[in-house]
Amino acid sequence: MARKITIQHQLGFTLLAWFLGLLMFFPIFWMILTSFKTEIDAIASPPLVVFSVTLENYIEVLSRSNYLKFFSNSVIIAGGSTLLALVVAIPSAWAMAFSPTRHTKNVLMWMLSTKMMPPVGVLVPIYLSLKYMGLLDTRFGLTIIMMLINLPIIIWMLYTYFKEIPSEILEASRMDGAKLWQEIIFVLLPMALPGIASTMLLNIILAWNEAFWTLNLTAANAATLTAFIASYSSPEGLFWAKLSAASTMAIAPILILGWFSQKQLVTGLTFGAVK
Amino acid sequence: MKLSSILVGACSIFALSGIAYAETITIATVNNGDMIRMQKLTDDFSAKNPGIELEWVTLEENILRQRVTTDIATNGGQFDVLTIGTYEVPIWANQGWLVPLTALQNDPVYDSDDLLPAIAGGLSVDGKLYAAPFYGESSMVMYRKDLMEKAGLVMPDAPSWDFIANAARKMTNRDEGINGICLRGKAGWGENMGFITAAANSFGARWFDEDWTAQFDQPAWKNTLEFYVKLMNDAGPVGASSNGFNENLTLFQQGKCGMWVDATVAASFVTSKDSTVADKVGFALAPDNGLGKRANWLWAWSLAIPASSQKQDAAVEFVSWATDKAYLELVASKEGWAAVPPGTRTSLYKNPKYLAAAPFAQMTLDSINAADPKNPTVDPVPYVGVQFVAIPEYQGIGNSVGQQFSAALAGTKSVDEALAEAQNITKREMKAAGY
Repeated sequence: MARKITIQHQLGFTLLAWFLGLLMFFPIFWMILTSFKTEIDAIASPPLVVFSVTLENYIEVLSRSNYLKFFSNSVIIAGGSTLLALVVAIPSAWAMAFSPTRHTKNVLMWMLSTKMMPPVGVLVPIYLSLKYMGLLDTRFGLTIIMMLINLPIIIWMLYTYFKEIPSEILEASRMDGAKLWQEIIFVLLPMALPGIASTMLLNIILAWNEAFWTLNLTAANAATLTAFIASYSSPEGLFWAKLSAASTMAIAPILILGWFSQKQLVTGLTFGAVK
Repeated sequence: MKLSSILVGACSIFALSGIAYAETITIATVNNGDMIRMQKLTDDFSAKNPGIELEWVTLEENILRQRVTTDIATNGGQFDVLTIGTYEVPIWANQGWLVPLTALQNDPVYDSDDLLPAIAGGLSVDGKLYAAPFYGESSMVMYRKDLMEKAGLVMPDAPSWDFIANAARKMTNRDEGINGICLRGKAGWGENMGFITAAANSFGARWFDEDWTAQFDQPAWKNTLEFYVKLMNDAGPVGASSNGFNENLTLFQQGKCGMWVDATVAASFVTSKDSTVADKVGFALAPDNGLGKRANWLWAWSLAIPASSQKQDAAVEFVSWATDKAYLELVASKEGWAAVPPGTRTSLYKNPKYLAAAPFAQMTLDSINAADPKNPTVDPVPYVGVQFVAIPEYQGIGNSVGQQFSAALAGTKSVDEALAEAQNITKREMKAAGY
């Protein structure tokens, strides 16, 4: 017998959800608030909630750094690596979901295990590889690296979504004479679109926020917004307000993207969660 | 249009592009005030060197160190000028990773003899200069003159640790939020270990004896750490084990520290308009214990050229511009003498305009001159470096030992436990490194 959910329960869960949501958002809110303070107000103890608003940090950051260059690098690398990863991941996930072998599970686990290795363990070989290929501090080189590091997660997610699609539908398309590429493009992809969209968004977020490889493989040309943020931390002197302004400018695009695509994200991430 | 005309046109474009070609050098630097000021003044360099363009890569100090080390160790060639400190220079120079700045040493206009001897010595190996100092610093006591007077004491120019401890306890007023003394407690080889190692020198302690045997089991280290922990418990701020340079700067600027022993570069911050106690600050040499060594360190952010750079001539031009006497005058003309990068040139400390604008100038110079990186301790040691040991293993060991000492300050370990663990860590790491 289904348990009856009372209004009190609903209210309790709603309040809990709001509380947790606000708790998670608070650091971002505080960072945005700090970005409008002076350096002295930013470090005041106890912290100031009422203060005179200033835009000097944004002016300073914009005058010191070429924000558009960092931003365009982030867009190209996050977007490019996502598209490239999908091109590789969709056929891979199709093969594993609809034409599995007895080693498929092992292959999936192996792919996931590559994410368990600390990145610094392979820093030197990857650095040297890119150096010999002339790809250090290039957007193309970093795009390839981003694609490779996120590929296991993308394949896993797509594999999970594809498994939810009845294989009979694909078989029917084959009986109607569809070739393999037609089966994937015209039958599979439209049905898996919510899953692909959420995978894309998640990968863009992961690539956008990635710091280890972008800091270590770039210098003046291909540095992304994570390097832009890192340039505002200082061992000697006050920097919280300017760092907050730089961080706000770095996360604003991805926050806006996440805000407008939250429906697709939630749909995709909960796809197949309830059977 | 005839084919010949097209060819002539194409050749002309090639020729013009050759004339317009500018060499671009990439400079890796940290986000310190003096470095940022240098970036803003590079129009002057561009005007004097139209064939050289500059690209800046500004990173947080530890990220920069890791990034540059990776590049230089793999001969990556991503950077043409590096901002590094006195710790890296002797190690990297011995590895053959840096280009000796012979051209600057031999240039009479650059006048390398004018560089402060202590600083130049820390950046040289076998008499060759491997990095040009951009700004130098030591450490000293910054104190509140009003609180000192209220405590009925007069700060000597060269105080002892006993005087500092006595003054700190007298100045402490917990009800009014005044801590007698603020010292670094945050773990890290460049954080608490910078201060504690320099202080230990004045207590007669040393990291290693002449056979590279760790010395944390010796009484001098116990005296140092017990003194530090007790003083901070009696007169330091709450949560001091999380405080580094910036946290203590904040406390001092807000009037919550009676004394602060830290980098001389902080003098310009505590007397700036951001400080609520700007007009009440006095300066004194770092304390001693009467053993012949003071607790002051020596550091210089410097510009070096990696051997992997393909544009070494252009890089030398830039290093010369950023560290010569004319640069100091350029900064002074734009932002005043007080903003000039300190601690690099003897002539700066003979300049009456600078001495008038920077009340901390003489104390900074005396502090720098009092540091001797080649003889940093009371007893002889096999290493170079005042607040660090200039060996590649030190970063890792210093961080681990720093965690032990930070734990002792936080009270989660006793002084004896922290020292025993420090001894074990250091012995183990040094053995693994082949010493």
